Amino acid sequence: MPFIPHTEDDIRAMLEAIGADSIEALFDEIPADLRIKHLDGVPETMSEPELARLMLERAEQDGRPLNFIGAGAYEHHIPAAVWEITTRGEFYSAYTPYQAEASQGTLQVIYEYQTMMTRLMAMDASNASLYDGASALAEAVLMAVRANRKSKSRKVLMPVAVHPAYRATTRTIVDNQDINLVEVPYDPAGGHTPVEALKQYEGEDITALVISQPNFFGILEDVDALTDWAHANGALVIAVANPMAAALLTPPGRWGEQGADIACGEGQPLGVPLSSGGPYYGYMCCRKEHVRQMQGRIVGRTVDRDGRTGYTLTLQAREQHIRRSKATSNICTNQGLLVTASTIFMAIVGGAGLQRIAAASHANTRALVERFRDNPAIGPVFDRPCFHECVLKVGAPLNTVLPALAGDNLIAGYDLGQDYPELEDCLLVCATETKTEQDLDHYVEAMNRVVGDATAGRTAKPKMA
Amino acid sequence: MLIFEHSRPGREAPGHSPRELADVSDIPAGLLREDVPGLPEVSELQAVRHYTRLSQKNFSIDTQFYPLGSCTMKYNPRACNTYAMLPGFLARHPLAPASNGQGFLACMYELQEMLKDVTGMKAVSLTPAAGAQGEFTGVAMIRAYHDARGDSERSEILVPDAAHGTNPATATMCGYKVREIPTLKDGDVDLEALKQAVGPQTAGIMLTNPSTLGVFERRIQEIARIVHEAGGLLYYDGANLNAILGKVRPGVMGFDVIHMNLHKTFSTPHGGGGPGAGPVGVSERLEPFLPVPMVGHDGERYHWITEKDRPQSIGRLSAFMGNAGVLLRAYIYARLLGREGMHRVADFATLNANYLMVKLREAGFDLAFPGRRATHEFIVTLKRQKKELDVTAMDFAKRLLDYGYHAPTTYFPLLVPECLLIEPTETEAREELDGFVEAMVKIQEEAETNAEVLKEAPHTQPVRRLDDVRAARELDLAWMEN
Repeated sequence: MPFIPHTEDDIRAMLEAIGADSIEALFDEIPADLRIKHLDGVPETMSEPELARLMLERAEQDGRPLNFIGAGAYEHHIPAAVWEITTRGEFYSAYTPYQAEASQGTLQVIYEYQTMMTRLMAMDASNASLYDGASALAEAVLMAVRANRKSKSRKVLMPVAVHPAYRATTRTIVDNQDINLVEVPYDPAGGHTPVEALKQYEGEDITALVISQPNFFGILEDVDALTDWAHANGALVIAVANPMAAALLTPPGRWGEQGADIACGEGQPLGVPLSSGGPYYGYMCCRKEHVRQMQGRIVGRTVDRDGRTGYTLTLQAREQHIRRSKATSNICTNQGLLVTASTIFMAIVGGAGLQRIAAASHANTRALVERFRDNPAIGPVFDRPCFHECVLKVGAPLNTVLPALAGDNLIAGYDLGQDYPELEDCLLVCATETKTEQDLDHYVEAMNRVVGDATAGRTAKPKMA
Repeated sequence: MLIFEHSRPGREAPGHSPRELADVSDIPAGLLREDVPGLPEVSELQAVRHYTRLSQKNFSIDTQFYPLGSCTMKYNPRACNTYAMLPGFLARHPLAPASNGQGFLACMYELQEMLKDVTGMKAVSLTPAAGAQGEFTGVAMIRAYHDARGDSERSEILVPDAAHGTNPATATMCGYKVREIPTLKDGDVDLEALKQAVGPQTAGIMLTNPSTLGVFERRIQEIARIVHEAGGLLYYDGANLNAILGKVRPGVMGFDVIHMNLHKTFSTPHGGGGPGAGPVGVSERLEPFLPVPMVGHDGERYHWITEKDRPQSIGRLSAFMGNAGVLLRAYIYARLLGREGMHRVADFATLNANYLMVKLREAGFDLAFPGRRATHEFIVTLKRQKKELDVTAMDFAKRLLDYGYHAPTTYFPLLVPECLLIEPTETEAREELDGFVEAMVKIQEEAETNAEVLKEAPHTQPVRRLDDVRAARELDLAWMEN
């Protein structure tokens, strides 16, 4: 029997000890008419070799396309040691560290992670992580509503240039809590969120302003001016920052005169594989004065009875198992294993290494865009500086171009028309440090060919894989 | 020692990042960071050794019996990890077209189908990232359902007083008031109190069955009738699904919506506190409100089901599709179990729990519900030991660590004083259970003869009991060089 160690002798002896005739008799408190008779929707048991064959086939079925999508999930090299250590059984199969004395490994990893994130973001405190970047933004909005005690409006300014799925997730999660998410348009020429777009809210009671750096289009926001505007108008600043970008760009804690109040975002770029979208983790940092309003697990350093240093979950009075209906959130886990991976990743790559990866990714994307200089049909949509991701106008319908390229084993970018109707046939493209000169050449050659075919009226038929 | 204390300026682990800093002069200087982030500067070996050593300071299923009640700490098969981490799965971008994800999507679709069958639900969405997010999803759907019918006056969610803390916290997040329903002495919900509590203000009830008290709610059909007649819906908290996997379908009990904890019932790793996965299943009337994305199949190809297909969906819960890699592990586990193995999960989880319960009772421990069968778990109360010997459930828990056993869940459920909630799971061998009973007996003897050894426990761990008060008062959440 899969994963069940009992011998016939065991079963007999155990039932005898219980005083029951059969295992069936142990279910005598369950009304008979509730019992399952068939499980037809579950296939027959597979052996491990059968399973291995099935999974190898399925993993290979999807090929290994050359990927140029970022859009919130970024392909970076992950040192082999990261997941070798992370999937050790002692990390992999441990529970939430409630028994602190028997969980010092996990707890110290989280404390080191918190330290690394506060340094990367230049913030005072970090939690032990949330589900992903999008849900972290939703939680940050809820946190800001609690933390900004002077504001009564529950009105949060949410730029349209923030990741569309982050905005959608935030809507889902805060929808029933009487919070007003107000959309702020982006500048059609620059792709950024101009401070002028906020002017109409001056003098109003605004709870918080969300600032994404870079924004969904890869465009760099004028974070200093936006932050100072928010603080001058009594609003808190929620930074949504790519942590890889934060190694190279001004970190949220140093935006404007006072810095962001809350920083959150997707931790995936730091050592987590793309893996169809998860598991990733959301990071969340804040200023010291807001730490008691922060959701999620937090680890603190303390001492044991002998005065030895040790680590423990702390500030639990915020949490659901103590506060029940008055908790800051219903969250009762973090994404522990992903945080373990990220911590090891940051230790191995180091701060200077992160900067070089970020810079190389940026330079690669820039080099890709420059290769289209001579093709008048293809070029950047926005004229402001970007970081490692760029919006390209492709002078041909993407619904034929992208499938044709995918048939060529090339995932050429994210079709922005899905979320921004005004950006029809615009492609969000990212070339991280994992892409070689040959990859960039291949991309440009394939794109020029397919777009050329499409504009010349030749139907671009996807090649069958 | 922290990783930062191994750090030396200029040391690094070469080969993982480009050698040179590329030109970024196209980015305005005012937007660039002025310093290098203060991360450790260590060699690869230093990092590997440091984190390997830290791992050895953990208890885990792979190293210890871990009878943590309500957490289902069963064996996490290694195959689930190995085959979910095949390069083809890891490299797939979440926004790559479905045509480049047919292998992955096939696994997701088949998982949806299997979960529908074992829960008796009409439709399943895999996207919630954890149990608590699954709970949120369930209650948000209940709200969307009432709102869509113009039945917006319903303002209350009923929750048994034995419920997990996430239940009331979730109801609040969805804008509901919480009303608690008391529990009878035998562990069942007080039906008279329930009848008094329901009314036109009732949006629904959140229930775990078996309950957090380790007993099966025998009058579940009656509860379903009372709540449904009042116009409310029934939410099933899947925390204890392992007890009935392959035995009873929550849909047949009358539940309208369920979340499952795949990190419990489907053996995906707990990972030191996540990632989990909390898919939701619903009856027909709630199907339009399921969160997106889901996976559909047109007979030939698999495709994403999104907001465009489900205009009434409560929306998205994460940027992509929840914890996809965890879902893959659950899929692999379900295929390795298969139909036959699925039936046996509840059988042997229940056999182990009842055996352990009887053995502990014979050894002189008091059960919280002595007249009841154990489900997949049961509660021992140390109220008597507290009174007579001044030792607590916490003392027993800490001393168990010295004997090489992870402690059971302590002080939950809140209703039972000095409780140990014990869940052995189906994957433990009989001799492991016998060893645990022996340890409990020895600790009881120590409590009677030398209680100090309990109060000072643990003695064998990397640290002794920690000063939690100091941790909360003198917050030290990030390391700073002196």
